[in-house]
Amino acid sequence: MLTDSLIQLLPDLNKAFFQTLYMVGISLSAALILGLPIGILLFVTDKGLFLEHTPTKNILGFIVNIIRSVPFIILLVTLLPVTKFITGTTIGPTAASVSLSVASIPFFARLVETALREIDKGVIEAAVSIGATPWMIIKDVLLPEAKPGIIQGVNITAISLVAYSAMAGTVGGGGIGDLAIRFGYYRYDNTVMFTTVVILVCLVQLIQYGGDYIAKKVDKR
Amino acid sequence: MRAMIEIRNLIKEYRSKSSTVVGVNNVSLTINKGEIYGIIGRSGAGKSSLLRCINLLEEPTSGNIFVDGVDLTALKGEGLRQARLKIGMIFQHFHLIRSKTVYENIAFALKANHKSKEEIDTRVTDLLEMVGLSDKRNVYPAQLSGGQKQRVGIARALANEPHVLLCDEATSALDPETTQAILELLKKINRELKLTIVLITHEMEVVKDICDRMAVMQDGNVVEEGAVYDIFSEPKHPMTQSFISSLFQFNLPERLLQHCQGTIVKIHFVAPQAEEAIITDVLQAYQVKGNILHGKIEYIRDNPLGILILELIGDAVEVQRAIDYIRERTYRLEVIYHADGFSNPTIA
Repeated sequence: MLTDSLIQLLPDLNKAFFQTLYMVGISLSAALILGLPIGILLFVTDKGLFLEHTPTKNILGFIVNIIRSVPFIILLVTLLPVTKFITGTTIGPTAASVSLSVASIPFFARLVETALREIDKGVIEAAVSIGATPWMIIKDVLLPEAKPGIIQGVNITAISLVAYSAMAGTVGGGGIGDLAIRFGYYRYDNTVMFTTVVILVCLVQLIQYGGDYIAKKVDKR
Repeated sequence: MRAMIEIRNLIKEYRSKSSTVVGVNNVSLTINKGEIYGIIGRSGAGKSSLLRCINLLEEPTSGNIFVDGVDLTALKGEGLRQARLKIGMIFQHFHLIRSKTVYENIAFALKANHKSKEEIDTRVTDLLEMVGLSDKRNVYPAQLSGGQKQRVGIARALANEPHVLLCDEATSALDPETTQAILELLKKINRELKLTIVLITHEMEVVKDICDRMAVMQDGNVVEEGAVYDIFSEPKHPMTQSFISSLFQFNLPERLLQHCQGTIVKIHFVAPQAEEAIITDVLQAYQVKGNILHGKIEYIRDNPLGILILELIGDAVEVQRAIDYIRERTYRLEVIYHADGFSNPTIA
């Protein structure tokens, strides 16, 4: 009975799993491409640093805070017109990726900023005293020194995205969370519910272990 | 002698909403080309702020800094960056890039000067040889000892052949033996490269060992300045005296004074008298016996500076003559105790 319903579920599960990976993949890439520079900018424009610029810092910080303080489910709904404009639709994993990206960019940016703050200020100062260009300091000091922290940030962002992507299911976003809600929750099918939860747990564990392993590998401290 | 660094009316204030703290209070100093200049002071005296103003790591509130004739306070952005290439700096806690190897750390400085890969390779090899770390080329800083890290710091600071090396408490985190080795290295660099070195420290030993001239700072002011030997032999400001006394500390035990039969004198020698046999002469010339109670001779860049505490025993007239003889031939003589009652218990 149990195996029967699982086998029946398999094609759906398979599709949902790759949809989740697809959503997480897209929004994680967006976080890396846009969140990383924003995080760096938040850090280097801070007081006492080599590109100190308070207006930039304040405006950027303000925008990041606004997006981060909106609950994801609200953000998801609010962004529907934007999603429609960009992807032409409001349902499916591609559409869900839009709001997931919008949420993950500031989230990851803050994590990058925090990782950069962990760097000994003296090392940055030494680089300034050497006569290094700002770009050199970012490329050869900030990023390498904060690499373990940034990798942990990618890790945390990816895991949060797995959780958020499940929420995207509520507006027909697809993915494992969608499956859990439609089959498990609305139809009271505990087998589906349990299976999806196990898959999500495994996925999160996998990301966590993978991230920890890489972070440890690159840490030269 | 040509001035390498000129600090004019430098003021550095730290402003916060509630208060203003003065770090450096209107300091003017001239540091000559090729000399090793020490700035000494207790923590909070403003010496670190002063040093960090020299390469504009901290922006002066007012005043000018000239390095090799260029007014750094007038520079910004790219111009300041170019000027900094010619001012090396080393730090108490080394501040190496932990995620880069020794080689990469030094190469980083050369990259800032847009050197080619080949040039970087030859230069790093030379620098590593100079600081004695050729075998640590591909090692990460975490695997190095403190002294080795500072050597990497020195190599990095010297990479672009600067005119000036600033040392921010460069030996304060090192043990005495390593400190000596690093100081020797700094002396060697100063000699061979004709490099001007400015160092700040709270350790009198460091100044004594390697500096030509020095300044003493207290509460943001330079309270005394001059040649190291002059300041050591005749400290004027109480702050300086207290620093020197940590090197020349003489306390005679009470028991000794109680059993004293003669006159106790404290004799200051400076070069070249410190190298003459004055004590032997006086003991042969007059009817007195001499008993050495305490003494120390320090060599400040190879010039002796000595203090001796001597008990003279004998007929009062002969003792007085002996005292006069010594007084004439040494830098200073103080009578600090007479067996017949007169005493001056405050022996510094």
